[in-house]
Amino acid sequence: MARTLTFNIFRYNPADSASRPRMDRFELPETERMTLFIALNKIREDIDPTLMFDFCCRAGICGACAMVINGRPGLACHTKTKDMPDEITLMPLPVFKLVGDLSVDTGTWFRGMYQKVESWVHTDKVFDPAAKEERMDNALAEQIYELDRCIECGCCVAACGTALMREDFLGAVALNRLARFILDPRDERTEKDYFDIVGTDEGIFGCMGLLACEDVCPKHIPLQEQLGKLRRKMALASIKNMLPQFLKKDF
Amino acid sequence: MRIIQSDVLSVGAGLAGERVAIEAAENGFSAICLSIVPARRSHSSAAQGGMQAALGNSAMGEGDCPDVHFADTVKGSDWGCDQEVARLFCDNAPIAMRQMAFWGVPWNRVVPGEQTYYKGGKPFTAFEKPENEGLIHSRNFGGTAKWRTCYTSDGTGHCVLFTLDNRAAQVGVTVIDKVEVIGLIHDGETCMGAVARCLKTGELTAYLAKATLIATGGFGRIYRESTNAVICDGGGLIAALDTGVVPLGNMEAVQFHPTGIVPTDILVTEGCRGDGGTLLDKNEYRFMPDYEPEKAELASRDVVSRRMTEHMRKGLGVPSPYGDHLWLDIRHLGEHHIRTKLREVDEICQSFLGVDPVHQLIPVRPTQHYSMGGVRTNKDGAAYGLKGLFSAGEASCWDMHGFNRLGGNSLAETVVAGMIVGAKIVEFLKGAETVIKTASVRDAMAAQQARIDGLVNCASGRENPYAVKNAMHDAIMKGAGIFRNGKDLETCVADLQEILARARKVGLRSNGQGANPELTMALKIEGMVKLALCVAYGALKRTESRGAHTREDYPERNDRDWLTRTLATWAEGADLPTLNYEPATHVFEMPPGDRGYGGGKIIARDE
Repeated sequence: MARTLTFNIFRYNPADSASRPRMDRFELPETERMTLFIALNKIREDIDPTLMFDFCCRAGICGACAMVINGRPGLACHTKTKDMPDEITLMPLPVFKLVGDLSVDTGTWFRGMYQKVESWVHTDKVFDPAAKEERMDNALAEQIYELDRCIECGCCVAACGTALMREDFLGAVALNRLARFILDPRDERTEKDYFDIVGTDEGIFGCMGLLACEDVCPKHIPLQEQLGKLRRKMALASIKNMLPQFLKKDF
Repeated sequence: MRIIQSDVLSVGAGLAGERVAIEAAENGFSAICLSIVPARRSHSSAAQGGMQAALGNSAMGEGDCPDVHFADTVKGSDWGCDQEVARLFCDNAPIAMRQMAFWGVPWNRVVPGEQTYYKGGKPFTAFEKPENEGLIHSRNFGGTAKWRTCYTSDGTGHCVLFTLDNRAAQVGVTVIDKVEVIGLIHDGETCMGAVARCLKTGELTAYLAKATLIATGGFGRIYRESTNAVICDGGGLIAALDTGVVPLGNMEAVQFHPTGIVPTDILVTEGCRGDGGTLLDKNEYRFMPDYEPEKAELASRDVVSRRMTEHMRKGLGVPSPYGDHLWLDIRHLGEHHIRTKLREVDEICQSFLGVDPVHQLIPVRPTQHYSMGGVRTNKDGAAYGLKGLFSAGEASCWDMHGFNRLGGNSLAETVVAGMIVGAKIVEFLKGAETVIKTASVRDAMAAQQARIDGLVNCASGRENPYAVKNAMHDAIMKGAGIFRNGKDLETCVADLQEILARARKVGLRSNGQGANPELTMALKIEGMVKLALCVAYGALKRTESRGAHTREDYPERNDRDWLTRTLATWAEGADLPTLNYEPATHVFEMPPGDRGYGGGKIIARDE
């Protein structure tokens, strides 16, 4: 305890014509059980009221506070200062459009993603309010939940080599989303439908296998496994597409 | 002037707002949701525990039906709820849960055969019927006769919100995020939309609509110790109160959650106690059965919170640099259960406390958690005072919760009210046209721009908005916390009036350009202090104890004089709200009685 922490924080306000991109230094005495949520709010309230950053739940559930913390994308609310060195450098997430300082626009990016992968249950059935629910095996429900735990913080996209090189890459978050729907029997899309969405260089075949996505995922979603399974499934689907009709069967 | 028009405008894109917008879009109306954060970051996502609906599929829920759910809800509300609304809610909750399943929520399902569950810290087995295999399962939550809470492990709010936002994307609801409503557009009779400030650029836009919905969630951030997300500062309620004609209902009814962790006040779910977690004092003694022999840790939230405070006042709390707290013990549930069924709890303890709940105790204390009060509406969700204005979810006082809501009822309310109010808004849109008066739009925009200019130029003073906020936090916790009495409440109201005067003299230190966060705070601080005054003044005037509203000087529930709902409006320039009262309910399906816990005395209606 009793350390003085130094924060190097990226600053730029695009809405202010006098603002230029720069790094600002702030010093703060460390207190017990301090997280970056507590530290950044203290800086804003006591030192610089213009500092822009995003927090919402401050409990690791909503994904609002992702930023690059000493070179690594992560959730600021999750980060305890006692686990950090005396100097902490904070940058906004790359890939997403900058709003100002540490704040980025993830909403626009993710809404684009929902449309690209059609992130919803596709079915021809119509809901019947008088009927009992369709049954589902509990183990399967839990498997779907496992992939549904993604909080769309954007860390996996910010850490992705392909996403940094090509703007149209779907990213692990979108591939995981599709894997979630492939598991879900309520989604009536066919293997071909899924292939048309992700069987491309912007999709699963653009992944270089660096797997930083899994390293930085704050919810520890098994992205490596999901990406691997999806790649195999889509590779088989592409071969199957080339086979004559009489040889086609399910793999 | 930037103007955007739609049929429905929802202020808020959490579960209630999106569910209403989906109903409108499915019926061919254009719908826009405005949100401070991307929709999926809304505070609905943080509700871990579950949604109550009387499906009766599980062994421990056998025999459940909407009537039993209704009785629990009315008792839980301490007879403060509108019974017609509680009935509507309970009857429709099972349909809403099935609809969520249809849209993709991975509800936990019934696993047939003998299963081990926990109650009061002890394991027991129950036999799940094979014929119910795969139907929606339910778990235990405080204050209910049956196990009725539908859940997805402990990410229920998150999963339902993701599913609803998927559905919103599918049916073409327009979600605009990083935008904050700072005022309503109205002429004293009809609401025509809202003025919003973009939190990316600072630009103002007039959003015009035939139907405007306030669905901004709770206002917990008027308290320093709150489980609520930082965005839960009552923005929509402030906009409604500022009209001078829309009343807020039962603002003094504020619920505290027994288990906020210390020091960050992050909630750990009631599911912990539902599954068998126990509360211990500084001697690691389990004290709840001494106070509540029958329900122990599973008594309703207000009772558990009060008993915890009572116990700490006896000097049996655990001292810490952040004040006294108690311990939550879930160690006996075992590693497998904690790491899977209570994974989010496990993560919270490890990430924010450095505590491993499999082996260590969790420091907890009661923390502001839920706002029963809000924009008063009728059973259709239409706000009092302005035509074309609606409200749903925690932001509203619809009012199925009365003076205490049951765990799992509020998360369910979001989608059930969303479904019902959504359908009523569709009816409203089909039946009427709205005249948009351009003068009202111009005046509302000009008034907001003038406010911003005044704050940037320090036209009224140079008070620091954060200092005013801290003063408000100190004042309200002292007077209008868990235990209340006349003397402390009078001090609290007087202090808040002084703080209100300071809030009116706020000025910026910075230039206010773009998404300037100091301006964001400055724009809402006066409104937040007004909400705090509605809470404190309402609590001072309500000379009884009912549900979460506990007066040490008036310990009885007084049905003779106070079977009422407080309605608070704010006249322009006033420094106190105007309070009026209406009957708590016009329909008595269940006459007032003892709710069966808490142990308070009752003054009967005819005494």
